[in-house]
Amino acid sequence: MKFAVITFPGTSCDVDMYHAIVDGLGEKAEYVRHDETDLDRFDAVVLPGGFAFGNYLRPGAIAKLCPVIDAVVKAAEAGKPVLGVSNGFQILLEAGLLPGAMLQNEALKFICDTVSIEVKNANTAFTNQYDEGEMIRLPIAHEDGNYYCDEKTLEELKENNQIVFTYHGGNPNGSVENIAGIINKKGNVLGMMPHPDRAVEELLGNTDGLKLFQSIVKQWRESNAVKA
Amino acid sequence: MQLKHEPSPEQIKEKKIYAQMGLSDYEYSLIEKYLGRLPNYTETGLFSVMWSEHCSYKNSKPVLKKFPTDGPRVLQGPGEGAGVVDIGDNQAVVFKVESHNHPSAVEPYEGAATGVGGILRDVFSMGARPIAMLNSLRFGELDNPRVKYLFENVVAGIAGYGNRIGVPTVGGEIQFDPSYEDNPLVNAMCVGILNHDDLQKGQAHGTGNTVMYVGAKTGRDGIHGATFASEELTDDSEDKRPEVQAGDPFTEKLLMEACLEVVKSDALVGIQDMGAAGLTSSSAEMASKAGSGIEMNLDLVPQREEGMTPYEMMLSESQERMLLVVKKGREQEIIDIFKKYGLEAAAIGRVTDDKMLRLYHKGEVVAEVPVDALDKNAPVYHKPSKEPAYFHEFQKMDNTIPKVGNIEETLLRLLKQPTIASKEWVYKQFDYMAGTNTVVAPGSDAAVVRVRGTNKALAMTTDCNSRYIYLDPETGGKIAVSEAARNIVCSGAEPLALTDGLNFGSPENPEIFWQIEKTADGISEACRILNTPVVSGNVSLYNESRESAIYPTPIIGMVGLIKDTDHITTQEFKQSGDRIYLLGETKPEFGGSELQKLIHGKIFGKAPSIDLNQEAEYQRLVLKAIQEGLVASCHDISEGGLAVAVSESVMGAEGLGARIELSGNAVTELFSESQSRFIISVKEEHQEAFEQLVKDAKLIGRVTDEPVLNISVNGKMVVNLDVAAMKKAWKDAIPCLLK
Amino acid sequence: MYKVKVYVTLRKSVLDPHGNAVKKQMQMNGIDGIKDVRIGKYIELTFNKDTENLENKIKEVCENLLVNPVTEDYRYEIEECAAQ
Repeated sequence: MKFAVITFPGTSCDVDMYHAIVDGLGEKAEYVRHDETDLDRFDAVVLPGGFAFGNYLRPGAIAKLCPVIDAVVKAAEAGKPVLGVSNGFQILLEAGLLPGAMLQNEALKFICDTVSIEVKNANTAFTNQYDEGEMIRLPIAHEDGNYYCDEKTLEELKENNQIVFTYHGGNPNGSVENIAGIINKKGNVLGMMPHPDRAVEELLGNTDGLKLFQSIVKQWRESNAVKA
Repeated sequence: MQLKHEPSPEQIKEKKIYAQMGLSDYEYSLIEKYLGRLPNYTETGLFSVMWSEHCSYKNSKPVLKKFPTDGPRVLQGPGEGAGVVDIGDNQAVVFKVESHNHPSAVEPYEGAATGVGGILRDVFSMGARPIAMLNSLRFGELDNPRVKYLFENVVAGIAGYGNRIGVPTVGGEIQFDPSYEDNPLVNAMCVGILNHDDLQKGQAHGTGNTVMYVGAKTGRDGIHGATFASEELTDDSEDKRPEVQAGDPFTEKLLMEACLEVVKSDALVGIQDMGAAGLTSSSAEMASKAGSGIEMNLDLVPQREEGMTPYEMMLSESQERMLLVVKKGREQEIIDIFKKYGLEAAAIGRVTDDKMLRLYHKGEVVAEVPVDALDKNAPVYHKPSKEPAYFHEFQKMDNTIPKVGNIEETLLRLLKQPTIASKEWVYKQFDYMAGTNTVVAPGSDAAVVRVRGTNKALAMTTDCNSRYIYLDPETGGKIAVSEAARNIVCSGAEPLALTDGLNFGSPENPEIFWQIEKTADGISEACRILNTPVVSGNVSLYNESRESAIYPTPIIGMVGLIKDTDHITTQEFKQSGDRIYLLGETKPEFGGSELQKLIHGKIFGKAPSIDLNQEAEYQRLVLKAIQEGLVASCHDISEGGLAVAVSESVMGAEGLGARIELSGNAVTELFSESQSRFIISVKEEHQEAFEQLVKDAKLIGRVTDEPVLNISVNGKMVVNLDVAAMKKAWKDAIPCLLK
Repeated sequence: MYKVKVYVTLRKSVLDPHGNAVKKQMQMNGIDGIKDVRIGKYIELTFNKDTENLENKIKEVCENLLVNPVTEDYRYEIEECAAQ
């Protein structure tokens, strides 16, 4: 399976993501620049964390205007798995691939920590290797992770089971309903503030993120087997 | 050679305009001698910044010469952007510490942020990829609103800049003391890795080669920053706000990636950061080091503001800029690389063979100065030195044991002291995991960062107990190096080398100069015995305000090599039943201790003694025990003594406690700050082998599965505390003080 | 030349922690009558005099880049000014 790791000027967690896929998961990955327009050769698209365009103006606001975003939209429309982590999640929101918006953390500070996360929906292309309600620990590192949406959108998210991850035992940023990650209605675009890419190695003390990547591979293998 | 509105060379001399730029009468006469004529305004400016302490080390050079700087692994000692030390496999570690004290006192957010930016450029300009940042901070007491403001904004500035670059901030240290109230210290350290082939030097070789400017445009910000850093802070220092530069971490990130690609090109001859004194120091130093000259056409310098004069362009300290020397005819290759990252590279001059710095502006020569006069031949002063009366008084005092009522309550109070309390509030604002190499995160003795693609890791720490150094600079200097090395060893690493950030008061004061000299003596001796040469460093003098100087604060930044990631060791206890050992002798030593400060509200007496040979021997044995797999946890005993060290080992472990039995004077056993001591836990099955190897280690207790710390002295229980209660006191202390 | 002044504010329904922090401090400092503080962004755009469909262009740049309609509102003013 081949992953595109999208980079913008200022993206910094591309390295974390690349090694999580190549060393942690054992699949193929390639960096794709913000000015490229073709993602057809990839099976999955990942928008990693960091500070695209310095997060100037608003996180993701400038990034969403880059040519590669059209290709990401096309990949999403084609049903390929698209994962946005941290800054990648912010970009997916700004680009309209996911509903809602991101505000600055309630405490107005950057926060780096490892927090408890509940898997709310284990029936997705990204979470099928977890159990429903499973508690996992994942790193977070962000200043703008305070997820916001209006009442109507929230109702919709709940109705369609689109809330995939929530913070458990303390909300680190003030997000609505403790939301840590949401998926689109179609089920192939996931945005999340926690970093599964930083939790795939025993040496670094945490492997709880590995199952997320394994879920993507499993789903892809199964759907390819059907096609074949 | 004179511009409109600028004073003429004669006016500069008659009205002593040079004095406003920080030059003395003697220095001005020296300039006249070097030039054989009167300097014009621009030239006077060039000399004033190059001859500031910050750039020339004119007051500290004789002291810096004392440091051992060589060793079998040292590839580059002091003199370049950063020190370079071999770590095997054709790789090297590159590191340096730098201060940004004065800018941070005036504008804490931008001051701290640009300090981070500057030290990053020092490291990547060597051709190294930065892999970790550390910092060392000093503030007044947190009950003062101005101190709170400085503290919060310095931390936010480091986070705001460092996090955006994607380099993890993995460690550091903070102390609080009234001597830093008006003059906080902000020292940042950067560690990078390079392949030997990519090692770059900031040298302008090859007559006819092209001088190129890359990065952000030049504005009027930061003019005279280097001179400002070399002056005492006064009440009108706040009016100097316009001189503080603003940082742009986004541009820095692009500049870093572009430079790391450029260093792979053989079209590049030399590269240097435009740091303090900007275009002046980078061009003059690159030429002086290479024995060449440089001429530049200032009309070609990318400018952010209109109508900038040569003086302003040469002295600007706009951030995120680099100066390159590129092989003639191959400029386009370099321009293309920078363009890929959205950055401009401009050819602004060429290398000459006449050892002159020659500047053109609007078709005229506006400055013509020998590069060596600016750099190598800057004046050097041997300042008078005098032993202060306080030192004599303190040395006469006996070691007395402070009177402590309730031991348990005292331990809880110590855990709440800001210098000891958990620094989580600070490091949680730093992305310490970026790059996914951080094996040991902030909060341990030393941070550990894995070298990706190898089985190696690097341990790194910043250390300095300035109270000891104030009481006794020579002993304190030895302790600072020893403690840094001890922290490195505790994490399973062999200490390699160090970088020093020397922060002192005014060298014009003989008693301060004495502190500088004695500290350097102590550091030098410890470096020799512990085999840790000084490979880079920074000097920040004039850290004074309202008549009082800061405590002498030579920050030691040390890096160690872990040969196998299996050796990585942390301070927290691991498993119930493990044996707990104390290595090192405990004596009644309380001078400069946390307990003394807590009880008396001040420090006095002798600093703890240190036997460097004993220290070296213990470090060797502990490292050997770790490498042989005999050690479960290892922690250095420092501020607050044994009781605090054991508390830290317990608080870091989930669901464990400890039962400790000691004999002797309870206050001494628990709170003395005697040096060269370790708390080590060992699995039962390794007990015999450990005791045979580390013969001086005394068995003092056991790890328990009940989260309680229980300490008895002479059979009498003096501490029986729930770990949860200790943790609460320790973790809540700093957030509480900030409310 | 046209100078366009764009004011971006948080929508009323969105919590403004910066504004709240400022309000709290003002009240602590004893400044009477403060009811609410809302903090926003001010952005200046300069357009050439011969720009066609100016208003459409302003709306486009605001809605596509300067403003996130989920959390923010905006308004703008256009001023004619002499070229520098």
